[in-house]
Amino acid sequence: MATTKMTTATGQFGDRAFKWLTLAMAFAVFVLIALIGYELASGSHLAMQKFGWRFLISSDWDPVNDIYGALPVIFGTVVSSLIALIIAVPISVATAVYLTELAPLWLRQPLIMFIELLAAIPSVILGFWGLSVMVPWLHAHLFPAMRGTLGFLPLFKGPDYGPCILAAGMILAIMIVPIITSVSREILRSVPGLQREAAYALGATRWEVTRIAVLSYAKKGIFGAVILGLGRALGETMAVTLVIGNIAQIVPSLFSPGATLASTIANEFTEATGDLYYSALFELGLVLLGVTLVVNIFAQLLLKTFAGPSVKPQN
Amino acid sequence: MTAPNHNWRQFKDVLMRVITFACAILVVTPLVLVFYHLLKEGFTSINWAFFTQLPKPVGEIGGGMANAIAGTFILLGEAALIGVPIGVLGGVYLSEYGGSKLNWWIRFAADILNGVPSITWGIVVYGLLVAPHLPGFSALAGGVVLGLMMIPLVMRTTEEVLQLVPAGYREASLALGIAKWRTIVQIVIRTALKGIVTGVLLALARVAGETAPLMFTAFGNLGWARKLTEPIAALPLQIFEYAKSPYDDWRRQAWAGALVLLLLVLAINIGVRFLTRDRFKAKI
Amino acid sequence: MADNQNNSAALTVKNLSVYFGKNEAVKNVSLDIAARAVTAIIGPSGCGKSTFLRAINRMHELNPDARMEGEIKLFGDDIYSKNVQPVVVRRRVGMVFQKSNPFPTMSINENVTVGLRLNGIRDKKILSERTEQSLRMAALWDEVKDRLSAPAISLSGGQQQRLCIARALAVQPEVLLMDEPASALDPLATSKIEDLILTLKKDYTIVIVTHNMQQAARASDFTAFFYMGELVEFGPTTKIFTSPANKRTEDYVTGRFG
Repeated sequence: MATTKMTTATGQFGDRAFKWLTLAMAFAVFVLIALIGYELASGSHLAMQKFGWRFLISSDWDPVNDIYGALPVIFGTVVSSLIALIIAVPISVATAVYLTELAPLWLRQPLIMFIELLAAIPSVILGFWGLSVMVPWLHAHLFPAMRGTLGFLPLFKGPDYGPCILAAGMILAIMIVPIITSVSREILRSVPGLQREAAYALGATRWEVTRIAVLSYAKKGIFGAVILGLGRALGETMAVTLVIGNIAQIVPSLFSPGATLASTIANEFTEATGDLYYSALFELGLVLLGVTLVVNIFAQLLLKTFAGPSVKPQN
Repeated sequence: MTAPNHNWRQFKDVLMRVITFACAILVVTPLVLVFYHLLKEGFTSINWAFFTQLPKPVGEIGGGMANAIAGTFILLGEAALIGVPIGVLGGVYLSEYGGSKLNWWIRFAADILNGVPSITWGIVVYGLLVAPHLPGFSALAGGVVLGLMMIPLVMRTTEEVLQLVPAGYREASLALGIAKWRTIVQIVIRTALKGIVTGVLLALARVAGETAPLMFTAFGNLGWARKLTEPIAALPLQIFEYAKSPYDDWRRQAWAGALVLLLLVLAINIGVRFLTRDRFKAKI
Repeated sequence: MADNQNNSAALTVKNLSVYFGKNEAVKNVSLDIAARAVTAIIGPSGCGKSTFLRAINRMHELNPDARMEGEIKLFGDDIYSKNVQPVVVRRRVGMVFQKSNPFPTMSINENVTVGLRLNGIRDKKILSERTEQSLRMAALWDEVKDRLSAPAISLSGGQQQRLCIARALAVQPEVLLMDEPASALDPLATSKIEDLILTLKKDYTIVIVTHNMQQAARASDFTAFFYMGELVEFGPTTKIFTSPANKRTEDYVTGRFG
């Protein structure tokens, strides 16, 4: 009897203490968000005061004269991410379809494993490979071919010196394929078997079943996967820095060098002199965070309202 | 009695199978290529000197990345000290306690944090730990930023794994009069330990490859860091510096460094996969 | 297609066995399904009746562990012969499932015509004629004729099931398989489906699996009683229910087990 009473007493204290401990730890996420918000806001304060909204629409990024406009790097970010999406989305969705609907069973796990390993490659390694192998190959083979066939478009006019926006878009595509594929795969798997059976019973071929019963059902979720990939592309730094050429400019040709929000911060932060320069870079960070936040929240909403708790939006 | 367009439909079926298969192969190709080139360019440079020597000054041939390799492990150790307790205990809260409204917000916040670009983490911790105490680039700051990045990752994976523990275990323990906190620690966490460790290892593999946040915190060092308050070298940082340099010898070493880093990251990923292979069998 | 039907056997099943891995779900079943009649398959849960049904349109093959032995002929054609693809069999044999499964991203109209459009029929006139025809046969036309473009999932459960029936009928199958079509529906919707079956049998051969014996007694002409994968007894419904030959059959239909 006495033992039970003692256990209850210490048990109760232990319970309360443990609960508050774990709660405090969980609250770390809120603290971190607050810290990030505070740091970015206070860091960019100076630049925000000086430039106001013009920061976002002015195209002069001139550290020498302490004038900072973010438009060129916003342009670079948007264009490189768009290129990445255009390349990655069809390939990723097709791969997800292959893995869930069409591939022979023995092939599925190995392929899935390879794709997850691709996702694990550190960005700097992919960037280094991109700079040393992919870019020279592009410069020698693909780009001249593109110039020859598509050169009438202003997008593909002009010379390239290797690193350029198009190369950055391609390396980004490689990086976002795994996440779009794996989330799409989850989405496709969650389509009820009964839907597929309805199509089979009508005499549909395997591809027709996929088209009619699976893909149309999964449209919203797949869109969410794509937006998630976009979010990843926007924030990508190292691989882009190594292959984009790092010149902040707005030029129609995809063969010309460019710069993104992230790559600019990476390149210039440690060399920055003067409070205004630092502040401008912080403001780039703030813009970057704002954009990725909006995109990621949008993606989460799409994914959460598509299927139930079985779909995990993170990799 | 076959429909008139039967052959066309069969053709389309085969065509789509081929196209989607080709895409799957296309997806796997960069992995193969990267690995191939790393091996080709970096393998021969991996020698004893690489692991034991410090970088030589610019222009001199030779030297190694001993400090960078050690630095990475030191930073990972620090990161684990921060990321594991907070992440795991936070995940315990999400799984075992809490009202659904609060928990929804916590999960939402964690998912947001997981989407914060790594370079943003870098400048934030710079502002918090480096700028105020100039010249503050330090191993401490580097470990902190990696640890903070781990927290939301570990929290979510811990929660998931704990949720897989059947409710029956908890109920049986509580019915025996065992206190809730003991139930959680000795029964639930014990049961899910393998999964928790897996989550932690995967998070470590993730941050091991991060460069951007370290650029403004650990900063890099051509020698050894004698104290945690000094800048420290790390593999990804060193690879980045060498990769964009014009010196052939540095670039040769960058390949070697990249190979070592990739092997480290892949070893953890594959190792984890191997440990949890029964769980993966059902998931086709 | 519907002309094939005179009162000979629509389906002849000989020594059919279906295995899932090592498990023999259907054991050496032989019977003939009469054309333009309703044949009910009854039996307790797990007796293999659904598996048997799905073997008729080769749907069991969707399970990678499935294997079959024996022979099934559809109006004389061996549906398992080497040069016959499952896809072709499924166009001749339609299926309605236990839980209604209209395609949610399509309208009522589109759901009915999906089978036809897959077969390459694009002519709008033919499509709309068949739509009306099928929906009338499924006793759904009057309820939906003014909102054919509405999403299929805006219909009630019973209506959705009738829509699935219309969808199956639109391609004019030779045999219609129904796997417990009314089990998820309320009594009113159920009786509508049963009336529907009685109307359809004038033109179609129907095989229906049901665990509801009263339903089998009401709606079918022939009944097959399955137990533990074996066909225990098969005959005209009235005989099975009033004077079954086999004791086990009698125990089941009188409710002593099951």
